[in-house]
Amino acid sequence: MIGNVLKSKLFGITIPLIAIGFGFLAGAVIMLLSGHNPITGYVALFQGVFGEIYYFGETLQRMTPLIFSGLAVAFALRTGLLNIGVEGQLIVGWFASVFVGIVVEAPMIIHLPLAMAAGAIAGALWGFVPGLLKAKFEVHEVIVTIMMNYIALHIVNHFIRNNLLASGQRTDFINSSASLSSEYLAALTDFSRLHWGFLIAIISCVIMWFILWKTTKGFELRAVGFNKNASSYAGMNVNFNIILSMSVSGAFAGVGGAMLGLGTYQYANILPAFTSYGFDGIAVALLGGSTSIGIFLAAFLFGGLKEGANNMQAAAGVAPELVEIIIALIIFFVASSYLVRWIYTKLQFKKEGK
Amino acid sequence: MKKRVMMLMSSVLAAGTLLAACGEENNESTPINDGGNNANEAADNSADENTGNNEAAGEGEAFTAQMVTDIGGVDDRSFNESAWAGLTLFGEDYPNAEVGYVQSSDASDYAPNLNRIAREGTDISFAIGFLMEDDIKTVAAQNEDQNFAIVDTVVTDDNGDLIPNIANITFAEHEGSFLVGAVAAMQSETDHIGFIGGVEGELIKKFESGFKAGAKFVNPDIEIATQYAQNFNDASKGQQIGNAMYGNGADIIFHAAGATGNGLITDAIERAQDGENVWVIGVDQDQALTQGDWDDGNVILTSMVKRVDEAVYQVAESTMNGEYPGGEVLEFTLEDAGVGIAESRENVSEEALTAVEEYTDMIINGEIVVPKTDEEYEEFEGSL
Amino acid sequence: MFTLEYVIEMNNIRKEFPGIVANDNITLQVKQGEIHALLGENGAGKSTLMNVLFGLYQPEKGEIRVRGEKVAITDPNVATECGIGMVHQHFMLIEKFTVTENIILGKEPKKGTTINLRKAEKDVAEISERYGLKVDPRSKIEDISVGMQQRVEILKTLYRGANILIFDEPTAALTPQEIKELIQIMKNLIKEGKSIILITHKLKEIMQVCDRCTVIRRGEGIGTVNVSEMTESTLAEMMVGREISFEVEKKEAKPTNPVLTIKDLIVEDIRRVNVVNKLNLEVKAGEILGVAGVDGNGQTELIEAITGLRSLKSGTISVSGQDISGYKPRRVTESGVGHIPQDRHKHGLVLDFTVGENILLQTYYQKPYTSKGILNYTKMYDKSRGLIEEYDVRTPNEKTFARALSGGNQQKAIIAREIDRSPELLIAAQPTRGLDVGAIEFIHRKLVEEREKGRAVLLVSLELDEVLNLSDRIAVIYNGEIVDILDTKDTDEKELGLLMAGGKRDVGDVQ
Repeated sequence: MIGNVLKSKLFGITIPLIAIGFGFLAGAVIMLLSGHNPITGYVALFQGVFGEIYYFGETLQRMTPLIFSGLAVAFALRTGLLNIGVEGQLIVGWFASVFVGIVVEAPMIIHLPLAMAAGAIAGALWGFVPGLLKAKFEVHEVIVTIMMNYIALHIVNHFIRNNLLASGQRTDFINSSASLSSEYLAALTDFSRLHWGFLIAIISCVIMWFILWKTTKGFELRAVGFNKNASSYAGMNVNFNIILSMSVSGAFAGVGGAMLGLGTYQYANILPAFTSYGFDGIAVALLGGSTSIGIFLAAFLFGGLKEGANNMQAAAGVAPELVEIIIALIIFFVASSYLVRWIYTKLQFKKEGK
Repeated sequence: MKKRVMMLMSSVLAAGTLLAACGEENNESTPINDGGNNANEAADNSADENTGNNEAAGEGEAFTAQMVTDIGGVDDRSFNESAWAGLTLFGEDYPNAEVGYVQSSDASDYAPNLNRIAREGTDISFAIGFLMEDDIKTVAAQNEDQNFAIVDTVVTDDNGDLIPNIANITFAEHEGSFLVGAVAAMQSETDHIGFIGGVEGELIKKFESGFKAGAKFVNPDIEIATQYAQNFNDASKGQQIGNAMYGNGADIIFHAAGATGNGLITDAIERAQDGENVWVIGVDQDQALTQGDWDDGNVILTSMVKRVDEAVYQVAESTMNGEYPGGEVLEFTLEDAGVGIAESRENVSEEALTAVEEYTDMIINGEIVVPKTDEEYEEFEGSL
Repeated sequence: MFTLEYVIEMNNIRKEFPGIVANDNITLQVKQGEIHALLGENGAGKSTLMNVLFGLYQPEKGEIRVRGEKVAITDPNVATECGIGMVHQHFMLIEKFTVTENIILGKEPKKGTTINLRKAEKDVAEISERYGLKVDPRSKIEDISVGMQQRVEILKTLYRGANILIFDEPTAALTPQEIKELIQIMKNLIKEGKSIILITHKLKEIMQVCDRCTVIRRGEGIGTVNVSEMTESTLAEMMVGREISFEVEKKEAKPTNPVLTIKDLIVEDIRRVNVVNKLNLEVKAGEILGVAGVDGNGQTELIEAITGLRSLKSGTISVSGQDISGYKPRRVTESGVGHIPQDRHKHGLVLDFTVGENILLQTYYQKPYTSKGILNYTKMYDKSRGLIEEYDVRTPNEKTFARALSGGNQQKAIIAREIDRSPELLIAAQPTRGLDVGAIEFIHRKLVEEREKGRAVLLVSLELDEVLNLSDRIAVIYNGEIVDILDTKDTDEKELGLLMAGGKRDVGDVQ
C-alpha cells in the first residue's frame, strides 16, 4: 500500500513528463512538415537556453514573472477557484510598483520593499473584488476576473498616458533605490537582465508551500478547495476563505508584475495588448500540478522555450510561432491528462497481464 | 513563409562545426540567407545555392547586416517589412554581404535578440522601431565595439549626448505630410478633411503639423478635424473615429496610426460601397497596394511613404564602405527621397500632382519651412 | 415443445478491475415468471454483476444466455433488444418533461418528422392500465411523488419491451405504503409473464416477495436458495458469513434534564417556503430520540438549522440552556453539539484529505494541533492514530486519503471525530445509510453507548427499522412539523407509516 502511494506520487510526475514529450514530438512533426530538421531545431532551442551564460540568465529572468503568475493561479486553484484574472492583477501590480518606484524617494531598504508591497496590494485588491463578489453574490469568479483584466489594462494605460508618460510609450525609469536589478547577477550572466527578483520568486515558492501545507489557514483553504460543504459543516468560514484566497492569489500576481516593473524593464509602458504572463501562469500551474516545485520547473520550461525560441529562428530558421505551438500542445496534453492516464494505465495493465 | 530566413546554420550544425557563430570575432561569418530562398528546401541544397550568391560560411570576411523586428514581425506590411525589403535588396546588390533578421514575439525579446545578433559579430545591427530605444541603449553599452542603428528615434545617453555606436535613422515626416496635406486640400469637395493620430507624441505631431500646414497652404479656410486614438493597434477605435469624422463632413482623412488606421480604411470602404465619395490617405507604405480595394476602385487617395528600405539600405552600404554613421542623427528628407508621396497615383488629380512637384521643389529650396510642432504650426499658419 | 426453465443464465461470470476481482465465478439463473433476489452487502459485487448483464461491462470469463441462447451483450442497446430493462436506484428522468416525454425519450414514435405525442400518450396509458401502475401520462415529473417517478421508470422499461426487469434497491426512497404498492406492482408484472431480478440488502423484502435468492459475498457466489426454506437470520448469515444480531441490546433509558430544546422553529428554503414549520422538540440527556419521516419533510433543514448551516426565520434552539439560534457552525460545535451528517461525502469528509486530517476536521484549529497559526502535524497524526485504533477504522494508516476507504470505515472516522469531542448533543442523520450489516452493528452500538453515558442523541433516519430499533422515543415529522411523539414501546411500524404519510391519530389540522 505504501508502495502504491509512492507509485501515485510518481504517477503525478509521469503525466506532465509524458505530456511534454508528446508536445515536443508533435513539434518535431510540424517542423518536418514545414521542411525543417527537428534535430537542428531542438539543438538550437537547447543552445538558446544553455549555450551561453547570457541566454541562461535571460531564461531565469524570463521565468521569474512566470513563477509568480503560476503561484497565483495555483493558490486560487487550491481553494477551488479559477483565477483567470492573474493577467490583470499582474498589470496593476506592475503599474503600482513602478508608480511607487518613480514617485517615492527613500533609501533602498524602505523604497524597494515599499514598491513591491504596492505591487502586492494592487494585485490583492484586483483579486479581492472577484473574491468578494463570489462570496457575497455567487458571481462566478471566471467572468469577473476576465472583466477585471480589461479594466486593469485600460486603467493602467490611461494613467501612464495621461499622468506618467515620459518618452514614446513608457513612464520614466524607476529610481535606482527601488530597482531589483543586480550588477552582480548581470555580471555573473554576461549582462543578462537577471535580477534579484529571481531569488524572491524562489522564496515565494517556499512561502506558498508553507502557507498551504503548514499553516492552519492553509489547511482551511485546501479544505474549502476540495469540499466547500464539508468545510462549512466543520465550521470554516467558506466565504472568508474565498476572499482571502483570491486576495493572496492576486498579491502573488501583483508581485509578479513588480518583477517586470522593478526588475526586467525598470518602467511601465502602455500595453497594446495583454502581456500573456497571466495566461501562461495557468499553463504553468497546470503543468506544475499546483505544487511549488512543479511550478518552478514548469516556469523554467516555459521560460526556456520562449528564450530558446529566439535562437531557434536565428540558428535554425524555425519560426518563433512554432514554439508557441509546442507550448500550446504541451498544455493540450497536460489538460487531456485523463487521456494520457488512460493510455498509460492500459499499457501498464497489459504489461502486468503478461 | 515566403520570406523566411533560410539559415545555413542547419548544415553547419549537421557538419559538427556547431556554434562557431557564437565566437567573439567581429568578422566571423554568420548564418547566411538570401531573401528569395525558400525555407522548404533541404538544408544541403541551400548550402550549394548559397555558395553561388554569397561567400560560403567559414571563409570569413563577409559583411553582415541583420535586423531585429518589433512585435509586428517581418511581414507586418509596414516598417519591418519595408526595412527587410531594403536589407534584402542590399544583399542582392552586394553578393558578398550577408543579411538576416530575428523576429520578436514580445517586448521582452528585444534585448536578447539584439544581444544575440551583436554577439554573433554582425557588422551592423538594426533595431526597427522606437520601441527598442531603451533596449538598444543597454545592448550598445554592453557591446561597445559593435555597430547599431535604430529606426525612427534618436537615442541619447543619460547626459543627452548621442551614443557613438548607434546610428539614429529619422525621417522628415512633416515634409511628406505637407505634400499629402496639399493633395487633400486640393481634392476635398467639402473643404473639410481629417487627421487621425496613433499615440500623441513628438513623432506623430510631425505628421499632424506637416499635414495641416500643407492643407492650409493650399486653402487657408479649410476645416481640419484632428483626433488621436491613443493606440497604434486598435482598429475598432480607428473605425469609430473615422466614422465620426466622415459623418461630420470630412471627405479625406489622413492617418498616422499604424494598425488603428486599418479601421479607418474599413469604414471608408463601407462608405464607398454605399456611394459616398470618401478617401483615406495612407501612411509609411504605399497602402493602396495592399489595402483599400472596393468593388469599384480603391479608397486610398495616396500615401505618405517613409522609405525605411531606402534608409536601411543606405546605412548598411555606408557601413560596409567604412563610413558607419555612428553617433549621428540621419534625417531622411524629401531631398533624399526618404519621404514622399506613394507610387500609386491613379486617384490623384493632374493638378494636384503638378502642385506636389512644385511644393517639393519649394521645400527642398527652403522656400517653405514645414512646421514640426504645434508652436511651429501656429507660426506657419499665422504667416499665411 | 421444449419449455425453457431459465430466461436468464449468467454462468461462471468473472469480472476484474485493476487490482481487484469484482465478480468471481458467479452463477445467476432466473426462472421464467419469478422474482429473484440478488442479495449481498455493499461492495459485494451486485452492481457489477448487473452492469455485466446490462452490457455496461464485459466479463473476462463466463457466458450469458437469454432464453437458452448464448448472447454477447456488448452494450445496453443489445440488452434492451434481449428484453432486459433496468429500473435504476437513482431515477434518470428529466424533471421538466412530462411522463410520456420521459418514457419515449430516445425511442420517439414519429409522424413524418414530428413526434406523434398523442399515440405515445395512448400507448403509455395502455401499459399503465395493464400493470396497474396508475400513472398520468401528462403529468410533469417535478409534480409527481418519488413513488410515482419510480413507476415511470418501470413504464419506461416496459415501453421498450422489457420482459426481464432489474430493480436496483427500489425501496430505498419509498414510504412503507409506497413499498406495499410496489410489491403489488411487482406481483402484477409476474402475473403478466415478466421476470424480475431484485437487487437488495433488505432481508424483509426478500422474505415478502421473492421466490428464490442468490447470495454473493465479496465477489463470490455463495449460492442460490429457495426463499421459503430460509429465515431472515439464515439469509443474513449467508450474506455476511457470520451470525448477526438484529436486536440492539440496550437497557431501559433513564432520561434526565432536557439538552436540546426547539421552540416554534420556522426555516425557509430558497423558494421562501416554510420547510420547517413551527416545530417544537425536546431531547433529554440519556435518551435517543428518533425522528421518523419520509424524505423531504424538513428533516434535512431541521438538522441544518440546529447545526448553524442554515439560517432560521424564527423560533429558538437551545442546547443545555444556552440559546444557540443563529450561531455559526463553529460556535454550535463549540457549544457541545456533535453531528454525523447524512451525506458523508458531501458534508462529512474532505475526501482528498487524509483520514488523519479528516478526524481533526473539527478541532484542527485548537491547541495543541495549532499554535500561532502553524499546524502541528505530528500531534494531529498522533491523535488520529489513537482514534483510528479505538474506533476500528480499517485504513492502511492515518495518511491514507479518505477517498480510498470503504463507506463503513469512512463513517467510523466521522463517528470517531464527533463522539471523541464528548458533545452534550449528538445528532446522527442517516448514520448507517448504504453501510453493510457489520458496520451498522458497530454504529448502533456506539450510539447506544453515548446514550448510556448520559448524552442526548437525536437520530434522524429514513429507515423505519433503524428508528424503531434504536430510539427510546419517536417523533414523526410531516410537512415540517412534528405530528406526534410516541414511546417506542407503544407503537409499531404500521402506525408510524400512517403518521409519516400525513395521517393523524386525532384528526385535526392536517394540511
